[in-house]
Amino acid sequence: MGKTIAEKIFAAHLRDEPFAGTKVLNLDCVLCHEITTPIAIADLEWRGKDRVFDKNKIKAVIDHVTPSKDTKTAIQAQMIRDWARRHELPDFFDVGRNGVCHALFPEKGFIRPGFTVIMGDSHTCTHGAFGAFAAGVGTTDLEVGILKGVCAFRQPATIRVNLRGNLADGVYSKDVILHVIATLGVGGATDAVLEFAGPVVDAMSMEARMTLCNMAIEAGATCGICMPDVITAEYLWPFIQDEYPNLEAAVEDFRRWHSDADAEYKQIIDFDLSDLEPQVTCDFKPDCVKPVGEMAGIKVDQVYIGTCTNGRIEDLRVAAKILDGRTVADSVRGVLSPATPKIFSQAMEEGLIQIFMQAGFCVTNPTCGACLGMSNGVLAPGEVCASTSNRNFNGRMGKGGMVHLMSPATAAATAITGVITDARTL
Amino acid sequence: MEKIFKGPAIFLDRNDINTDEIIPARYLTEVTKEALRPYMLEDLKLEGFDPTGDEIKNARVVVTRENFGCGSSREHAPWVFEVNGVHTIIAQSYARIFRQNMFNGGMLAIELPEKDIDALFALQEKGSVCIDVDVDTQLIHARAGEDSSEFHFEISEFDKALVKAGGWVEFADARY
Repeated sequence: MGKTIAEKIFAAHLRDEPFAGTKVLNLDCVLCHEITTPIAIADLEWRGKDRVFDKNKIKAVIDHVTPSKDTKTAIQAQMIRDWARRHELPDFFDVGRNGVCHALFPEKGFIRPGFTVIMGDSHTCTHGAFGAFAAGVGTTDLEVGILKGVCAFRQPATIRVNLRGNLADGVYSKDVILHVIATLGVGGATDAVLEFAGPVVDAMSMEARMTLCNMAIEAGATCGICMPDVITAEYLWPFIQDEYPNLEAAVEDFRRWHSDADAEYKQIIDFDLSDLEPQVTCDFKPDCVKPVGEMAGIKVDQVYIGTCTNGRIEDLRVAAKILDGRTVADSVRGVLSPATPKIFSQAMEEGLIQIFMQAGFCVTNPTCGACLGMSNGVLAPGEVCASTSNRNFNGRMGKGGMVHLMSPATAAATAITGVITDARTL
Repeated sequence: MEKIFKGPAIFLDRNDINTDEIIPARYLTEVTKEALRPYMLEDLKLEGFDPTGDEIKNARVVVTRENFGCGSSREHAPWVFEVNGVHTIIAQSYARIFRQNMFNGGMLAIELPEKDIDALFALQEKGSVCIDVDVDTQLIHARAGEDSSEFHFEISEFDKALVKAGGWVEFADARY
């Protein structure tokens, strides 16, 4: 019997099996941010174990609230900053060099095919786009990861998601993943890895694959994962060129992580996406999804473009193309948060920031901010936000607020009209 | 803090209760578990539920439905239960990270089949429900007025070891 990519990664990283079915894995990357890490640091100090297992495998960033908005967030930033300095972490990203973790760390080339990655953040599944096993964990798992470089998992079952057909113009990976979540339900992939495959994935850029894998957790998945291929190798090439004689050699090497043809799956789901419409969430769960046509006309107060789901350069290009020469409706506040300084800078060079600003958008520094109602665009009770983020839970963006999740294209079109709008109709 | 797996139960009759509802992100700026205490279930969307009421204040066990604790990985969700004395959750199913976070902290996230969850919910009609969990025998004893019921539950050897050890840090530190 063949193996899935997740099974291959598990086999290659197995440190211990203390009980049947419990796999303790060696970790290649332990990622940290300032919200979930400080309590781990404080606990390690309290236990007299303020150590790190390998300073080169621990990466840290301040991203959720940055620059700090008040004393409490300043203390959180101070705790992770002081910790990173005293352990001499070479990869710590502070104000000015910081960005949204799941956009920043891939951009730095830290995530490679076959890696095991954890972070105290549920959207760590994003990194599965590189053919890594990447799982969101709590602070205790993070703490043990920092101290010992291991994490325990149940042997994951894999759900194969075959994405076929041709996406219509104006339909993006965000629409695909919303549709997949709606099909699976918010608990449909619990304790499973979602393995995305098929021609639609093969044709996707790394940015689009990250969007896809980012929301695997919204179906309950432990990780989303894509097979590493030539697109993965091209993205990583600046970081791996010394390791391989040429790109083809890297692609060939990556193939060892591909799922075998006779691998066993818990479930195989086929989607023909040729007729897929842009998707928008309704209600307070990410599996409550409708085609944009059925949501059209709903008034919004704010449009938020950014986050670890859709704050990357491709997303900004798509939105800017729609906003070019147009202005945001008077009733709407537009907020753009490019996900990293590199994306911000690239967007400036390409003239995208100018388009957003001329359209009337407020452009913030890279941060998670508004997505989880912590800063930079919190909603008032009763307000509605059209957002490119990943969660529409009750109160997510501010107590009493409502969030509709959608692609950057739909969000940009909605900003112009002030009501949820299919960008293809503008 | 020693964990206690018994006491008055509160019933949250909804699927997919997420960690933003259990502890909203606006409180994630706290850097101690204790500071989370006043905010347990503050944003829970459930008719008739009062996050400031006596029922939740007195509860030591939460009984709920499917996919409890979905969403964010924040361990603040188990912690807000922990500092309020709720060390036992009984649900039909959990989101993976929340479930692991409970056991990692030496607490119980017990899974029961739908018929047993229904039976527990039905017990409320007899009066307020008190629950006592025995981890060794894997039995839940539930009492309401004159009525009582017993339920067997499954728990992995690993999860049981975490509860016995007091959590994952203790377990891992002794072994790796």
